[in-house]
Amino acid sequence: MTPGSRAGAAGSAAVTRVRRRTWHGLLPAAGLGVAGALSLPVLTVAASVFFPSEAAWAEFVRLVLPRYVRNTVWLLLGVGAGTLVVGVGAAWLVTAYRFPGRRLCQALLLLPLAVPAYLVAYTYADLLQYSGPIQSALRGWFGWTRGYPFPEIRSLGGAVFVLSFVLYPYVYLLTRAALLEQSPVVWEVSRTLGHGPWSTFFRVGLPVARPGIAAGLSLVAMEVLADFGTVKYFELDTFATGIYLVWFSFGSVLGAAKLAVWLMGFVLAVVAAERLSRGRKRYHRPAGPVREARPQHLKGPRAALALVACLVPPALGFGIPGGYLGWMAWVGGDPLWGRAFLRLAGNTFALAATAAGAAVLLSALLAYGLRLAPTPVMRLAARVVSLGYAVPGVVVAVGVLVPLGWLDNTVDAYFRRWWGISTGLVLTGTTFTLVYAYLVRFLAAALSTVEAGLSRIGPTLEGAARTLGHGPGSVLLRVHAPLMRGSIFTAALLVFVDALKELPATLVLRPLNFDTLAVRLYLLASDERLMQASTSGLCILAVGLVPVLLLDRAVHRSRAEAPAGPGSADPSGPDRIDPGSGIRLA
Amino acid sequence: MPARPAAFWPLLALVVVFLALPQPRASGQARELNLYNGRHYDADEAIYEEFTRRTGVRVNLVQGDADQLIERIRAEGSNSPADVLVTVDAGRLYRAQQLGLCQRVDSPVLNARIPAHLRDPHGYWFGFTKRFRVIAYSRARVDRASLSTYEDLASPRWRGKVLVRSSSHVYNQSLVGALIAWHGEAFVARWARGMVANFARPPQGGDTDQLRALAAGEGDVALVNHYYYLRLLNSSNSADRAVAQRVGLFFPNQGPEDRGVHVNLSGACVVATSRNRQAAVAFLEFLSSDFAQEVFSKGNFEFPAVRGIRNPMAAIAPANLREDTLNAATYAANGGRALHLMVAAGWR
Repeated sequence: MTPGSRAGAAGSAAVTRVRRRTWHGLLPAAGLGVAGALSLPVLTVAASVFFPSEAAWAEFVRLVLPRYVRNTVWLLLGVGAGTLVVGVGAAWLVTAYRFPGRRLCQALLLLPLAVPAYLVAYTYADLLQYSGPIQSALRGWFGWTRGYPFPEIRSLGGAVFVLSFVLYPYVYLLTRAALLEQSPVVWEVSRTLGHGPWSTFFRVGLPVARPGIAAGLSLVAMEVLADFGTVKYFELDTFATGIYLVWFSFGSVLGAAKLAVWLMGFVLAVVAAERLSRGRKRYHRPAGPVREARPQHLKGPRAALALVACLVPPALGFGIPGGYLGWMAWVGGDPLWGRAFLRLAGNTFALAATAAGAAVLLSALLAYGLRLAPTPVMRLAARVVSLGYAVPGVVVAVGVLVPLGWLDNTVDAYFRRWWGISTGLVLTGTTFTLVYAYLVRFLAAALSTVEAGLSRIGPTLEGAARTLGHGPGSVLLRVHAPLMRGSIFTAALLVFVDALKELPATLVLRPLNFDTLAVRLYLLASDERLMQASTSGLCILAVGLVPVLLLDRAVHRSRAEAPAGPGSADPSGPDRIDPGSGIRLA
Repeated sequence: MPARPAAFWPLLALVVVFLALPQPRASGQARELNLYNGRHYDADEAIYEEFTRRTGVRVNLVQGDADQLIERIRAEGSNSPADVLVTVDAGRLYRAQQLGLCQRVDSPVLNARIPAHLRDPHGYWFGFTKRFRVIAYSRARVDRASLSTYEDLASPRWRGKVLVRSSSHVYNQSLVGALIAWHGEAFVARWARGMVANFARPPQGGDTDQLRALAAGEGDVALVNHYYYLRLLNSSNSADRAVAQRVGLFFPNQGPEDRGVHVNLSGACVVATSRNRQAAVAFLEFLSSDFAQEVFSKGNFEFPAVRGIRNPMAAIAPANLREDTLNAATYAANGGRALHLMVAAGWR
C-alpha cells in the first residue's frame, strides 16, 4: 500500500460515518461482487491443490523443478536490475536535466510499451543467431569459422536483455511520475548543501521516489512471471514453460495448475519482501501546490551523453525490432495484406478498447468499495484479483473456461429439464468471455492506478457532496471520476496496450471465425513463417503507438498543469499520473 | 433534471464498441460445420470453400494450438460447438481420443482411401497427409553415402554435428515413440544419450531454424520434417532458396530389410459431442478426395495420404520409398515415455 492510500484509509473513517446513514455498503458489496467474479479463474486454478494429480509428472517435476526455479529467479533478478537501471536512470535524466532533444526522449522512452515481448524475442533471435544476418556478415568479413566467441541470444542472458528493454517503460513511467511529484525544493536544498548531481540522485531523488519505483518493478516482475512467449522461444526453462510442459506433454492439467499455484505463492512472497524491506518508512507528498521543477541545464558533451543515454533504450526495445520487422514485411510480408487486415485491426482495437473501458469501470467500483469499507475481506479480494497479472495467459484461459463452461452447461441442463429447450453455450466462445479473461489478467494494472488516484482525494469534498444529498455512486461519478481523469486515463491505456498484445488467452477463447492481429501473428510464426508474420507484428506496433503517445501527452500535460492548483481540492492536481500506481498485494 | 455524469459518454462509446464486435451465431445448425483447427495454412481455405460449394455447408473456423483447442472442447462439455478437430500430428489426435473427445466413424470411403497405418485402428481418427521426418544434411560437408538410419545419428562419428529442435516438440516425441516401439526403452535411452552427445548446439528453434543452421555451417546433419525444406526451396525469397540449395534431404532406413522412413500425419476426428455428425463425416471424406489431397500437397508440400494422387514434389523421395507402417496410434501412445527418456538424457 502506498502512503497516499493509507491517508485515504484514515480519511474514509469520516466517510464511513456518513455511509452508515444512507447506503449500508451497497457499493462495497458491488465491489466485492466484481472482485469475486474476477477472482473465479484464479481460485479455480488454486483449487487444484485439493485434488490428487497424476503421478506421471511428479517424478518429472522432481527431476527438473530446481532448474525451473533457478532460471525463474535469475530471470526476475536480471530483468529487475535491468529495468531498474534503465527505467530509473532515464526518468532521472529527462526530469532533472534539460538538454536538446529531452522532450522527444520523454516520448520515445515509452515506445517499447507498444511492443509485445515475444515479438522482440523473435526479431532478436533471428538477427543474432548463428545463421542470422549479423553473425553471417561477421563470418564473411573476418573469415571466421565455428567456435568464435559470440553471445548466444537464446539464453538466460538473452531473455534478460530482451525483457529488460521491453519492460523498462513501466519503471520509467512510474518513477518519472514520482519524481515529478517531488518538491524540487528538496533537490535544491540538497544542492545548496553541497551535494553534486549524482549524490542528489542517490540520496534524495531515489529514496523519495521509492514507492513509484517499487510499483514499477512489481509490474515488471509480474510481467516476467507471466511471460511464456519469450522464454519458450529462447528455450529457457522457467515456471511458465514448466506449466506448459506438464500440461501439454504430460497431459496433466492438475499438475500444471499446481505449478501455477506455486507461481502465485512466489508473487506473494516477492511483494511481501518488498513491503518488509520498506519497513515503517512512509512517503508523504508535500502539502500545497507543487512548484514546477527547474531542471539543470546540460551543455556540450554532457548534453550529448544524456541524449545518447536516453536514445539507446528505445532503440533497443523498439527501434531495432521495429526496423527489422519493417524490413521483413517489405521483403516478404503477409500475402493476406489488404482488406483482411482492416478487419483484424478492427477486431483487435475493439477488444482492447472494451477491455480497457471495462477495466477502468470495474476497478473504480472496486477501489471505491475498498475506500468505503476497507475490511480485511475487501482487501483480500483486491489482492486475489491482482494475482491474475502474474499468471500466464493460457492458465487464465483455462481458469476462465472451466467455470464458464460449467455455468453454461448447468444453465442449459436446467432449461432443458424444465422448459425442454436448449440454451447451448451462452458465454463460452463469445467476445464476452474474451473480455472477461482480459479483465482477469490485466485488472491489476488498472486497479492499482485507480486506487492510488482515489487515495489522493481528501475526504472533505466527498463529505460535502454527501451532505448535499448525493449517494456514494453519484459521488463517485460526479466528484471522483472527474478529479481522477489522469489516473483513469493511465489505467485505461495500460490495459489497452496489454490487451492489444495478449496472445495465449485470445488464442484459446476467441469465437469462431474471429481473429486478431496477435492471433494472425501467432498462426504464421508457429508455422515458422516469420517473414510473413512480420506484417501483423508491424500492425500491432502501429495500433499500440497511438495510446502510448497519448500516454506521453498525458504525463506531459499533468506536469504543465500541476501548479494550477486553485479550485482543486487535490493539492497535487487532478491530472497527475500517480507515482504509487502499481500492484499492491500484501 | 440533473446533468449526466461525466462518465456517460465514455460508457456509451464502450457499449457501442463492444456491440460492433462480431458475435458468434448459434451453433449446431445443420448448414454449418465448426472446425477446431490446429492446422493453419492459408492454402487450406480452398478446401473449405470447395466443400461449401459442393455441399452448401458453411465451414466456421477457430484456429489455434491443438492442445489448447482440446482443453477448450473439454471445458465446453456436451454443448461444445466443435464438430471436427484437425491437428498437424498424430500425437494430439491420440490424446483427444484418450480423453474421449472423438467419436468412431465407419466410413467405407475413408477405410478404402486412407491406408491402415495412417488411421486409428478403431476408426476414431484419420490421417490425411503424410509428413516425413527426414535427415537433412549439408551438401558441402556430408557425403550422402555416409547417411543411413535414425539409429546411426547417435553414433560417435556425428559428434558435435547433429542439429535438432527441443524434445518438447511433438514431432520428436512421435519419432522417438516409434523408436521405442521398434527397439524398446533401454535402446532408446542409450540412443538419446548418444544423440545428446552429438548435438552441435543445445536444441533450439524450429525445423526451419535447423535448416538455416545447416546452411550456415553450425552443424552437418539435422532432423526435420520434409516440407520445411520444400518451403524454402520454393520460396519467393532468394535468401531462402540459397539455404535450400546448400542442403540435401535424405530419407533414412531405406535398407532392403529396414522398416522405412518415419511418417507423421496431419489428421482429423469427428468430435464426440458433434450435433452435425453427418456433415462432419462428409467433411472428413472430402478431405480424402482428390481435390483436397492435391491442395494439401501443393499448398504445404505434404505428401497425400491417398495413393495415386498427383504430387508435384514426389521427386524428392526415392522412387520406391519405404515407409514405416507402424500404426500412428502406436507411436503416439509412446509419446510421453519418449519425452521422459529424452529429458532424462539431457535433450532439452
